[in-house]
Amino acid sequence: MLSWKKSLLLIVFLLASSSAWSELVIRVTQGNDKPTIIAVSPIALNGIQIDEDIGRIVEGDLKRSGLFAAIPRTDMLAFPATAEDVYFRDWRILGTEYLVVGSLIAIDDSRYQLDFSLLNVTGQKAVFEHSVRGTKVQMRDLAHLMSDKIYQEITGIRGAFSTRIAYVTANRVKGKFIYKLNVSDTDGAREKLMLESREPIMSPSWSPNGKDLAYVSFETGRPAIFRQNLVTAERQQLTNFSGLNGAPSWSPDGEKLALVLSKDGNPEIYMLDLASKRFTRLTRHFAIDTEPTWMPDGKHLLFTSDRGGTPQIYKLNVASKKVQRLTFRGNYNARASLAPDGRTLALVHRGTDVFHIASFDLITGRLIELTETRLDESPTVAPNGAMLIYATKQGDRGVLAAVSLDAGVRYVLPARSGDVREPAWSPFLR
Amino acid sequence: MKNVKGFALTAALLSLSLAGCSTVPTDDTTVIEDTSVQTVQVDTTIEDAAAAAGSVFYFDFDKAVLKVESRAALLAHSSALMANPRSVRLEGHADERGTREYNMALGERRANAVKEFMVLQGVSSGLIEVISYGEERAASYGSNDSAWEMNRRVELK
Repeated sequence: MLSWKKSLLLIVFLLASSSAWSELVIRVTQGNDKPTIIAVSPIALNGIQIDEDIGRIVEGDLKRSGLFAAIPRTDMLAFPATAEDVYFRDWRILGTEYLVVGSLIAIDDSRYQLDFSLLNVTGQKAVFEHSVRGTKVQMRDLAHLMSDKIYQEITGIRGAFSTRIAYVTANRVKGKFIYKLNVSDTDGAREKLMLESREPIMSPSWSPNGKDLAYVSFETGRPAIFRQNLVTAERQQLTNFSGLNGAPSWSPDGEKLALVLSKDGNPEIYMLDLASKRFTRLTRHFAIDTEPTWMPDGKHLLFTSDRGGTPQIYKLNVASKKVQRLTFRGNYNARASLAPDGRTLALVHRGTDVFHIASFDLITGRLIELTETRLDESPTVAPNGAMLIYATKQGDRGVLAAVSLDAGVRYVLPARSGDVREPAWSPFLR
Repeated sequence: MKNVKGFALTAALLSLSLAGCSTVPTDDTTVIEDTSVQTVQVDTTIEDAAAAAGSVFYFDFDKAVLKVESRAALLAHSSALMANPRSVRLEGHADERGTREYNMALGERRANAVKEFMVLQGVSSGLIEVISYGEERAASYGSNDSAWEMNRRVELK
């Protein structure tokens, strides 16, 4: 049953796959109290045939952030494509604060340019004009770049719409499991299969340049850590020890992995130097030490340990190997994911009897429960720190959900079938 | 495997008796050698007892302490493995609550607790392989106490 020969293994070239449908469908369940009202006029295509509705993608991105509400197209009195075409009065009566207009033109046989403007309706002026270029298969990239630019201009926060999420799905077909490691846009579109196996796949972790994933696969009959390039599908087994081989976490400089091995008898945190293949043991304790995650300085790790009796978050100095306990409230705090500010932790916290995602401020020590669902796990913070995605249950099914770090915005990304779990938000990709 | 051994033994005894027959008697007295076929008997009663005792052992939430009710079955399995050594696998599992990697560690800790008990009884530790599946392989589906109870387990295979 566990022989590697029997485990169905399939690696798919990310770029070779062209399926445009997605397993994820997004529904915003709670937005900001006072969202900015924005109107995205349909992009003028000037006769160019494309499969995507760029305006709708931008609108979806902005709405999903929870900070924006969009004027429906059916309410619009005109569809201007340039700033010159805009009658501000038409938009003011709809309550529009900002208006986006844009137009797509062909540069040559294969390249296209998207010119767009953001207009301040109240101030009756153009805020900026910008152009992005790409091929026909990159229309979604162009749209997400457009969203990034608009979001940053209005909120002051860098947009993360051009990033990706990795996640694991599990389906039971006739009593047999099929595990898949997938990567998609953050809106769930352009899902690509990276790995398929009958044995568990776990714990995806992005390299800081966004080009590789490290993960755990049981395809050999026991857990082992692999790395895989997203574009070339080149793949390498990094560990093959007896016992646990788990929880890989890529260092900020991309040169090392923190991971968990139990070859010494119980789970300990190790560091693997990817160039020299040398392992350095970092913890030495009979308790469970697991779920390491790097701090941005590359000199400290956070990890989960039950050395104090219950699972709690600890901080480890990589050079001195000194360990300091960080969390004290509650009898279960685990799987820390650090926001890019280096200060806010998202973690799994056991409240009265349910598991929530909570934020924990490393400086003030304040812990705030962010989610209201139960059985919540695997928080992963967006590279801009605005939102986090986590895994939860809807009925008996695993789904992904998102919440802003101030808990003001929530949305769910339910899968069309099977269980979705273990999301990992990519770093900024460009 | 047992059958092959039995056959080999029988063949050996037959050839021995044939060799005896081929010798020329030196006097009138023929010594009859014992040519009755010997069978190898494996004591399966111990294994039957172990199988009947069950091979799944349950645990409390976030605990890896063996329960009293697991003891009899584990003693039976240990005796069986000492009488007839074979490689076994202890698969540790956790319920879905809590984080996946922590549950991997918890599943291993539970399987190790079972292994240590069996080694203390005299089973060679080299015969026992431990693997944890954490919460990846539920025995019972559903997010309720009874399902979780069924999933916090170690399976002897």
